[in-house]
Amino acid sequence: MEDMTIEKLLGSHDFFDGMKAEDLALVAGCGSNVVYQPGELIARQGTAADFFLAIRHGRVAVEIYVPSSGALRLETVSENSVVGWSWLFEPYRWHFDIRALELTRAVRFDGHCLRKKCDDDPVLGYDFMKRFAAVAARRLEAARLQIIDIYGKKDDDPDNQG
Amino acid sequence: MTLTTKAETLRPVPYVLRDKWQETADTWSMALEPAEAWLQADRGEPGQFNMLWAFGVGESAISISGPTHGTGPLVHTIRACGNVTRKLCAMKAGEVVGLRGPYGKPWPIESLKGRDLIIMAGGIGLAPLRPVVYHILANREDFGRVSLLYGARRPEDILFANELSGWRGRMELDVLITVDAADSSWFGNVGTVTRLVRRNPFEVDGAAALVCGPEIMMQYSAQTLLDAGMNQDSIWVSMERNMKCGVGLCGHCQVGPEFVCKTGPVYPLERIANLLATREM
Ligand SMILES: Cc1cc2nc3c(=O)[nH]c(=O)nc-3n(C[C@H](O)[C@H](O)[C@H](O)COP(=O)(O)OP(=O)(O)OC[C@H]3O[C@@H](n4cnc5c(N)ncnc54)[C@H](O)[C@@H]3O)c2cc1C
Ligand code: FES
Repeated sequence: MEDMTIEKLLGSHDFFDGMKAEDLALVAGCGSNVVYQPGELIARQGTAADFFLAIRHGRVAVEIYVPSSGALRLETVSENSVVGWSWLFEPYRWHFDIRALELTRAVRFDGHCLRKKCDDDPVLGYDFMKRFAAVAARRLEAARLQIIDIYGKKDDDPDNQG
Repeated sequence: MTLTTKAETLRPVPYVLRDKWQETADTWSMALEPAEAWLQADRGEPGQFNMLWAFGVGESAISISGPTHGTGPLVHTIRACGNVTRKLCAMKAGEVVGLRGPYGKPWPIESLKGRDLIIMAGGIGLAPLRPVVYHILANREDFGRVSLLYGARRPEDILFANELSGWRGRMELDVLITVDAADSSWFGNVGTVTRLVRRNPFEVDGAAALVCGPEIMMQYSAQTLLDAGMNQDSIWVSMERNMKCGVGLCGHCQVGPEFVCKTGPVYPLERIANLLATREM
């Protein structure tokens, strides 16, 4: 029954858009519904990364802890997006903290379970990889833009303008 | 005699700085009024700019950032980044600046009546778009759904922060803000302004977008809007190139075949897509 519900939920989530019904049913078996309270730490940098979240409602922050300055927010992720891909790659460790900023409802996927299904069914595995690669590419592009300061604060940039 | 500021001659007219207030660490807004009552101020249209002269230092192109309808002083918002803008930002109430303008092509708001609008700004690029918001709020029924997507470097760099939250509170437009990085006291969005397009699903059909900010921000923003299904002829951008005369004489602002001061700064994307991020000639 719970699987059915999750399968339905995934069917309307952007990340799973266009996924074959039988694949959705398969991955739904690795998911469970979760709710996080505002401020709750969802994952801690350096600990084992054995899940990812498909966010349905709410918003989470990806943070890095800098000893002199405390937590810095690098990115926020909201409904219809996913957060966490460390579960896909060895050594399966979180590189950042994940914290709920609001009441957040999500489907939490068990990394071991999904890796096993992807290994057993390479077509599903490839589909999953492509979806995560697209997310990773968008985030990488965003991170590059964030580094170069596209809002033009640098005085020495000749194309820096108002 | 009536002397207007809209002189095709290059003569600035004296304006008094009536009031000045700090917006962010390096940005100030200033309210200017003609030094003499018989001087007629042309309030311009949203998207147009004036050349402001700091006497003894030089001139800069500065967009009109206050309301273009009604009466009251002319408002400009200036980021202190070089000699002229630093001098302008350091001036005190009662001091005199030279002003000529307004120049340039405005945002095509009249032709956008009835359409949904996406207003996308980065950094100080919100200043030339603020008069558009004033116009929309004064004529709200003329437009469909309006979304303002704004990106800044850090929370403390957000321009017109109080006004943005006031607009959000009025529920007449969707206001989404994001910053590149923040500490844990910021509970808003973190990420590039382009990501707000995904966060704010809109009907592509009939929608128009007005984009202003540094060219790299406009390039990526325009691409994101195109990826979302918009056409080039529904997207307008404001190109800001170094200017001297402001009236199409000196060629200083030339980019490709365009003299930005004359045929811009506001262009439909289809006209200048290949010129974005081209350096001045
Ligand atoms: C149509 C238009 C509208 C503008 N509107 C505003 C506005 O509302 N508020 C605002 O603060 N600024 C605006 N600018 C930018 C402003 O004109 C420049 O920042 C200013 O002229 C710089 O002069 P300066 O002597 O202070 O700096 P400079 O010492 O000449 O230069 C300082 C830095 O600014 C860069 N710069 C110089 N001129 C320009 C320019 N025209 N565009 C972009 N970068 C430039 C230089 O490359 C350098 O990196 C606008 C520019 C244009 C063309
Ligand atoms: S600034 Fe002189 S031609 Fe445009």
